[in-house]
Amino acid sequence: MSHAVLERPPVGSARTRTRIVDCDLHITARSAADLYPWLPQQWRTHVETVGPHIRAGVYNQEPHPRMMARGMRADAYPEEGGPPGCSLELMRKQHLDPNGIEFGMLIALGRGIFEERNQHFAAALSHAINAWQLERWVDEDERLVAAIIVPQEDAEFAAQEIERRASDRRFRQILLSPKAQEPLGRKRYWPIYTAAERAGLPVAFHPAATGGGHPSSGAGWPTYYLEEHNTFGTIMQGVLTSLIFEGVFERFPKLKVVAVEGGFTWAPTLGWRMDKHWNRLRGEVPHVPRPPSEYLREHVWFTTQPMEEARNQDHLRDIIDWLGWDRLMFSSDYPHWDFDDPRYAFKIVLSEEERAKIFHDNAKALYGLK
Amino acid sequence: MKLPFRGAVDCDIHPAPPPMSALLPFMSDYWSDQLQNRYIDKFGFTLTSHNPLLAIHGRPDWRPKTGTPGSDIDVLRAQALDDFGSAFAICNVLHGATTLFHGDMAAAILGALNDWLAKELLPRDRRLRGSISVTLQDPKLAVAEIERCADNQDFVQVLLPALGELPIGRRLYWPVFEAAQRAGLPICLHAGSLYRQAPMGNGWPSYFVEDYVTQATAFEGALVSLLAEGVFRKFPDLTFVLAESGVTWLPQFVWRQDKMWLGVRTELPWIDRVPREIIRERVRMTLQPFDAPSDARVIQRIVEHFESDDILLFSTDYPHWHFDGDDVVPDGFTSELIRKIAIDNPYATYARLPRPVAPARNRTEVSA
Amino acid sequence: MKRYVVAAVPEIPPGTHKIIEVSGREVGVFNVNGAFYALLNRCPHGGAALCKGTVVGLVRPGGVGEYELIRKGEFLRCPWHGWEFEISSGQSYCDPTKVKARKFDVAVERGDDLVKGPYVAETYNVAIENDYVVLTL
Repeated sequence: MSHAVLERPPVGSARTRTRIVDCDLHITARSAADLYPWLPQQWRTHVETVGPHIRAGVYNQEPHPRMMARGMRADAYPEEGGPPGCSLELMRKQHLDPNGIEFGMLIALGRGIFEERNQHFAAALSHAINAWQLERWVDEDERLVAAIIVPQEDAEFAAQEIERRASDRRFRQILLSPKAQEPLGRKRYWPIYTAAERAGLPVAFHPAATGGGHPSSGAGWPTYYLEEHNTFGTIMQGVLTSLIFEGVFERFPKLKVVAVEGGFTWAPTLGWRMDKHWNRLRGEVPHVPRPPSEYLREHVWFTTQPMEEARNQDHLRDIIDWLGWDRLMFSSDYPHWDFDDPRYAFKIVLSEEERAKIFHDNAKALYGLK
Repeated sequence: MKLPFRGAVDCDIHPAPPPMSALLPFMSDYWSDQLQNRYIDKFGFTLTSHNPLLAIHGRPDWRPKTGTPGSDIDVLRAQALDDFGSAFAICNVLHGATTLFHGDMAAAILGALNDWLAKELLPRDRRLRGSISVTLQDPKLAVAEIERCADNQDFVQVLLPALGELPIGRRLYWPVFEAAQRAGLPICLHAGSLYRQAPMGNGWPSYFVEDYVTQATAFEGALVSLLAEGVFRKFPDLTFVLAESGVTWLPQFVWRQDKMWLGVRTELPWIDRVPREIIRERVRMTLQPFDAPSDARVIQRIVEHFESDDILLFSTDYPHWHFDGDDVVPDGFTSELIRKIAIDNPYATYARLPRPVAPARNRTEVSA
Repeated sequence: MKRYVVAAVPEIPPGTHKIIEVSGREVGVFNVNGAFYALLNRCPHGGAALCKGTVVGLVRPGGVGEYELIRKGEFLRCPWHGWEFEISSGQSYCDPTKVKARKFDVAVERGDDLVKGPYVAETYNVAIENDYVVLTL
């Protein structure tokens, strides 16, 4: 009966709801000018006379135009103008306050530093965005923590930026795009992991709209957004495959990574497949001495949104059992169109303990939030 | 130097694409609904290869007070048409929808763009002519669009980006060439990339200036593809116009093809004569940007290297910034050559342009 | 159940809708080609303010590469995830039996019938010669 769906009580008690940690909250500058206080004059001029130069055919529209208000909640465009995610006030009103968010992890996409081809500009933007995140968001709302944004193609700069920010506890992780120019396990990116491990900060991967200058699927360029959206999951599998088989977790045993908005139900099958073929082909990868699924289980965390659904609830529970209940962390993806409301996202019934892990304990432990 | 006469045909100018909202009336209910619900109408598309902020894409004195270069039709009329005394100017509107992977959406937007051009822009001045924009994501749609637009004589060619998804000579694109040939429309390969892959075979460079410079090598790639795949042989009445390609790279390219042909002809038996002859007959290039020193003696030597006066087509590339003032013709071009590239060659290339009957000026000169 | 006068008919012309708050609930009242419908302003899927979505037509399921918009103005698209609901029934287009927006009865009544009661007129000064939209909650 439909009304049962409609009128079912919000999941979780008021008490647990006030303790939610949201691991994927998107913010963006209203315009590049918002970043000017932290951008040297050379780069302010660059913004106005050159602009972005990215690895895609168009730069103010996604190569696969999104559904629903350019991929945003239609109600999240601030009345005063600007893109969704530029107004702290609206974020509070629509999400942080009513949904009882205790901590929110900022994921500052936009302004394209991952895709920017001019590495000097990408570095300047990254530095400015990191400063802007603190002053305009984290310092304005004690619930918010930030991710250090670094351009992955300039690993030397990225490592320096991480080192500069590492002792600032307003930052709790490092953010990379999984669509780099090369698979992210390759050695050219290792300075980033060296710095991350030294700083004790997890590295999060969040899909970006445009990629490293190659098709987003090994099958070639997708035609439709539906296909492109599927690559969020396959790209994430590619990153983990690369990190594991390049031996990144052997070389950086304390490194923790978070797969944000990439799904999680594929993780068990990825582990099984890696193990099976590692058994046969391990001679090729002697730097990977343990079954690959062990690295997956030990080093990788996953966020929930877009929440996976199975027709049979037990099937989804199986997946989480295999994945580990200590590895899944709630995320809303506010203000994007496929936002998950914490009250309605889970169609499976969770025990209080399971709920506590997914909605706050796992994230608090990983990020050291108190 | 400036043009010594009026009545030139400017084979490459760039009115700015209209705002997406201006295209909605030319779309079906479905596409209009899709574009609005997805907010595509609010954001539009800016081509990475045609970023209006860049100096090269708007000469300072050709930038309107508001809006992007080429967006003000009255300014364009005064600067591109009146100032150069052009008889005709061919509008290549470079639209970001060309880059879409969703071929049906691209076709809907470009179809609307063609209608906008035919109904809104071209009627504003009788000197303006248009290019039919198509997407090659589904060649059948491109064929249908060419056939839909071809009856309108204001369209004089079919416009494609030079740096596409696959080399342009590939057989899957042949139905498009067939349709263009049938309609008597040249194919214009214009500078710009879909960025399906890096703009150079070496990977992704950091700066636009690298993209722009290396584009000439991609034009070489397109041209050698047309040659090797046998397109010139298969479509004997089809002309290819390379627009904003730069031109001074062509002679060395031709030398290399001529020499290679001697040894590798058996791989490609359909190349039945020396490539320079094929290129001279079938390929045209727009004048600007003209990449050479300003020394008239050097330029005269370059012109000789072409071994043909038939190839170049006059263009300003308005509002792009390749020269200052009215210094549109390289020093060293003879008046005969200028007449060839500005009048004879364009009318020979574009059969749809109505050539004035025996212009008075010509008679005077002949009798003199 | 109570009945509430929520609008005079001319206030919600065909093709428009109005979101009203009635006894603590937000309800969208829609005029689809002259017929009135009322839906709870909450999406049964993810909890969005459903009635703040866009009133749209139906994209007809069709052959590959065929696109057609029919039944214009009869559907509501959720402002978050884009799920489509038939305004007249509240049913989700993709999953009509399981997913349904809460629907309320709504009727047009003449002012002279209304003044006899026992309806709750709220802020409306009901004039006997006019027609009103009456919602049952």
